[in-house]
Amino acid sequence: MKESGATKVSLIPGTDSITQVLSLVMYVFFIGFIFYGQRIQMYIMIREVENSLHKLRHIKEEGKKTAIDVIKELGKPTTDPSSRIDRYLEYFTIAPQSMDPAGIVAKLDHILDTRDERLKEEVKLMAPELQNDEVQINNLENTLEAAMALNFIYKVVRHYYIQGKKTLSLYVIMQLQMILPMVMKEAEAYASALKAFAYGQPIGDGAGPLVAGKLMHGYETRKLAKDCVMASVPIEGRTAIIIKAEGPGGNVGKPGDAVEAAIEENKGKIACLIMIDAGLKLEGEAVGEVAEGIGAAIGGPGVDAFKIEEKLTKYKIRNYAIIIKQDIGDAVSPMRKEINDSIDKAIEQVKLMIRERTKEGDKVIIVGVGNSIGVGQ
Amino acid sequence: MRLKRMTQNQTQTTPQSNKVSSYLTLIVFVVMALSIAALFIAVDTYFLGDQVAAGVLAAIGVIAMVMSVFLLYQSRQAVAHAKIEIPKVMTNVGCVKNCDSKTSREFQRGDYVFKELDANCEKCGGKQMIVSIYKEVKEKEKTYNV
Repeated sequence: MKESGATKVSLIPGTDSITQVLSLVMYVFFIGFIFYGQRIQMYIMIREVENSLHKLRHIKEEGKKTAIDVIKELGKPTTDPSSRIDRYLEYFTIAPQSMDPAGIVAKLDHILDTRDERLKEEVKLMAPELQNDEVQINNLENTLEAAMALNFIYKVVRHYYIQGKKTLSLYVIMQLQMILPMVMKEAEAYASALKAFAYGQPIGDGAGPLVAGKLMHGYETRKLAKDCVMASVPIEGRTAIIIKAEGPGGNVGKPGDAVEAAIEENKGKIACLIMIDAGLKLEGEAVGEVAEGIGAAIGGPGVDAFKIEEKLTKYKIRNYAIIIKQDIGDAVSPMRKEINDSIDKAIEQVKLMIRERTKEGDKVIIVGVGNSIGVGQ
Repeated sequence: MRLKRMTQNQTQTTPQSNKVSSYLTLIVFVVMALSIAALFIAVDTYFLGDQVAAGVLAAIGVIAMVMSVFLLYQSRQAVAHAKIEIPKVMTNVGCVKNCDSKTSREFQRGDYVFKELDANCEKCGGKQMIVSIYKEVKEKEKTYNV
């Protein structure tokens, strides 16, 4: 019999049925990935966000439980404080209108003062036993603020997660998934801060007050502005006015007002202002590294920095800054040994600055900026 | 009270559901089914005499099987263990007279830096004070040689 010479062409390769089935499955996967690859990628991202969201919810719930337990233990409330705490966690602050920015600093200052007073009153209502214990009231306020921050982070992440799922928008989910490692790091830092505040332990941000505390320890102190203390200390033949937030309660004080008052008390005759604060380090830099610079070393909404800069410009006072480097996690969690060890280095730096940049008999102001929790004076 | 029971060196584990995404489970089971099919074909191919193809198919089957089981295990682990690490915080007590006497103990509520303690120094009988409070982070930070 004569062969036709024509070869049989098959769309599906393979000689036996199993190989053909496998090849078909491969084709289906290939075509499926062409059309649904992005969607599959999105589901993987959603899954990652979902896992982090579960963890965030757990951290937030733990934060709330810790706050409730501390209030019950220390404040001895007559009624269950849970509902009041729930309301506290939802508090918000509306920034002043900035269409005409003239005078906005005073408005912002007023709003922040009102907020602080309101929250303190609320804490006092939750913990009637601590009416006159300012230290514990401050610590409780800080604990609740950490719980508030965790609640806010959880709600924002949940918002974008649900929005991404609803719209099935890769870009919403992708943005969230990209910043999630940083968000989680911050949330873990706040969880750690919560315990530190509840126990009244010094935190990384307390590096500035610790430097000031070490310089003023043993000298007579007096109140200068709201929640701020000062002491007049002789250093290297000069008179140093040391300012810090009043400790050991969790408190940042109002260093802007304190510096203003100290400058006015001395009629502007100040050789220089040295500010010591915790500064955010870049990846690769060592925790506790001490760096020197110029300018108002103070964070927050900018009210204190504005007041200090105004007064310094008016009297032409030079402003030096020292920062003790740490990351956000270290700043709000119990103080690391490396930061504690850098305190003496920072003090040496302050003394060197005073020796090199001022004359004997001059007056200098030294401000330890940060949260004074767990740091006395 | 819960807080009273807490020590300073505590790790808490999430008491939450071990819910794993249905999509992920579906993908894992499809890969698992394909790996089993690959293993069967490998056996079939081996008896047909093509040992090289059988080896390749067996390797693919085993790798796919191990990966799918690992993925399923990992996803369950990730959900089950959300931990908050609470580091150990130490309080260092020193003598006010600077007699070099220093003691270290676990942090207690009420401790703060510069707090004068009632107990006197064992060495010189002077007043004692809390000189520092800090945590020691044990893990070594990864260096990137840059």
